[in-house]
Amino acid sequence: MIEVRGLTKRFGSKLAVDDLTFSVEPGRVTGFLGPNGAGKSTTMRLILGLDRPQSGTATIDGRFYRDLADPLRTVGALLEAKSVHTGRSARNHLLFLAQTQGLPARRVDELLDLVGLTDVAAKRAGGFSLGMSQRLGIAAALLGDPRVLLLDEPVNGLDPEGVLWIRNLMKHLAGQGRTILVSSHLMNEMAVTADHLIVIGRGRLIAAASTADVIGRGTEKSVRVRTPDAARLAELISADGGQVTAGSAQGPGEPVSADSADLLTVTGMESARIGELAAASSVVLHELTPQLASLEEAFMELTAGSLEFGVRSAGGSPAGDGLHNPDAVRAENRSA
Amino acid sequence: MTTASPPAQLGGASAAPARRRARFGGLLLAEWTKIRSVRSTVWTLILFVVLTVGLTAGLTALIVGSWNRPGSGNGHVQIIEDPVGFILGAGLGIGQLTICVLGVLLITTEYSTGVIRASLLAVPRRLPMLAAKITVFAAMLIVLAEAVAFGSFFVGTALLHSKVAVSLGEPGVSRAVVGAGLYLTVLGLFALGIGGLIRHTAGAIAAVIGVVLVVPILTSFLPGNLGHHINAYLPEQAGSLAYEAHRSASQLLSPWQGFGVFCLWTAVLLGGAAFLLVRRDA
Repeated sequence: MIEVRGLTKRFGSKLAVDDLTFSVEPGRVTGFLGPNGAGKSTTMRLILGLDRPQSGTATIDGRFYRDLADPLRTVGALLEAKSVHTGRSARNHLLFLAQTQGLPARRVDELLDLVGLTDVAAKRAGGFSLGMSQRLGIAAALLGDPRVLLLDEPVNGLDPEGVLWIRNLMKHLAGQGRTILVSSHLMNEMAVTADHLIVIGRGRLIAAASTADVIGRGTEKSVRVRTPDAARLAELISADGGQVTAGSAQGPGEPVSADSADLLTVTGMESARIGELAAASSVVLHELTPQLASLEEAFMELTAGSLEFGVRSAGGSPAGDGLHNPDAVRAENRSA
Repeated sequence: MTTASPPAQLGGASAAPARRRARFGGLLLAEWTKIRSVRSTVWTLILFVVLTVGLTAGLTALIVGSWNRPGSGNGHVQIIEDPVGFILGAGLGIGQLTICVLGVLLITTEYSTGVIRASLLAVPRRLPMLAAKITVFAAMLIVLAEAVAFGSFFVGTALLHSKVAVSLGEPGVSRAVVGAGLYLTVLGLFALGIGGLIRHTAGAIAAVIGVVLVVPILTSFLPGNLGHHINAYLPEQAGSLAYEAHRSASQLLSPWQGFGVFCLWTAVLLGGAAFLLVRRDA
């Protein structure tokens, strides 16, 4: 269990982490979510004793990281920044780490095998692809069979197979009762991986709740309706107890359409009922789309105003996140 | 790769905290692994050996070859007076720079590559890591530097034998040869200290070279007694007394006093590096 109490870190005039308090429970994957520059990496570095906080504490199972005797046997960490000598082989990197903890050399080979780097174990780590580097970082984190894991953006640079592997690994490890804190700025990845979420923005806590709750707290479920007879349908829906707003509540990644006069956004009513109402009164429908809240939308709503670089533009969807698919997220989340 | 399946051997038996190795022993082992597993340190060490012994042999052979040519008389007088100083100085002057570079690289590459973060996660108290690094580096250097010092001496005396005979048994000679190895060892730690303070390779190497080569030249321009005193207590000037077989009348310090002054400089730098290692964010 990781406990963070009133943690504050200032770099010069910039407040990176601002009176942050949360705890990470064992036995589940806890996602650490926030936009770039929100203070996720700094918080992890503070927990790991790499940086010193101005105030507050971070403990692991009740102890400061620096007080752990063989820390890698208790805590495994994958940092976002590279922490491997480019001229050293993967095997020697793990070997020196093992030696500091009194772990036998064969443990290194086990880990190399586990992350699939056995064939390149003798190669210089400087020549590794991003994905291979991440695997080496994971191997280092798991070296001491730790009961607490901190992973900073572990799926960065991984191919889909690698992403799936990390996801399954984390769930497997959490299932063994380990404490797992994994940071990401990819909300949809967190939606399918994390059981619990800690959302921060500008170094401050925004939300700490189960993934389902965070999604539920976000954008309300709505239905998008396109019809040439908007005024009439709006009346029908209102009379039947639905709430109607003209135009579209901008969904993520959606272009602003010029002809929004025929658009209605309906809340508080199922799409099926809207269709029935329209059919009963012979209103033509051009579109009837249920709008499902995604974690991403919930996240954008939660972190609105706390974005580091002020990128909250009309589009809404953060650059590089091409995986947006609310329905898939919901489905996977339910099955998780 | 069988990536999608959950790992079976995660909690493998070898991860169990069965054996309780002496902790500092493990750190020493780890630092040794770090040193030997990086090509740049290995090549720098090879360069050190080749340069020092090679230059000693080359320069001595040149002198012996031109011994009877006219116009080289003045140098001969110096060599006949102090053959040990010539032999040890011939290779050491350049060879010592590789030790400076190595000492700096040993710590600055941890920062430039980011491996310092892995190192400090493994040893969060930090000081034991630095202590282990210093210990391993010193142990490795003293073996290598003494071997190079004695090697240079024997190569040099063998080549010079036809002109000037000198042996380890003569007063001050064995002390000077041993002193050369000690000087190089402490010089490596001196560079390590500066590397730990500055943390950037280029800056730290410039600083070490500056202190070892440039500052003594600058202070030699200082007038009178003051300049003479300042010069005598500079790290390189004081330390190099350790490998001089003959003490000139103008020297303020004895060889061991000079070496002691050099050790003090080194201790202060390492102390500063240790203080900042613990204080600074990594």
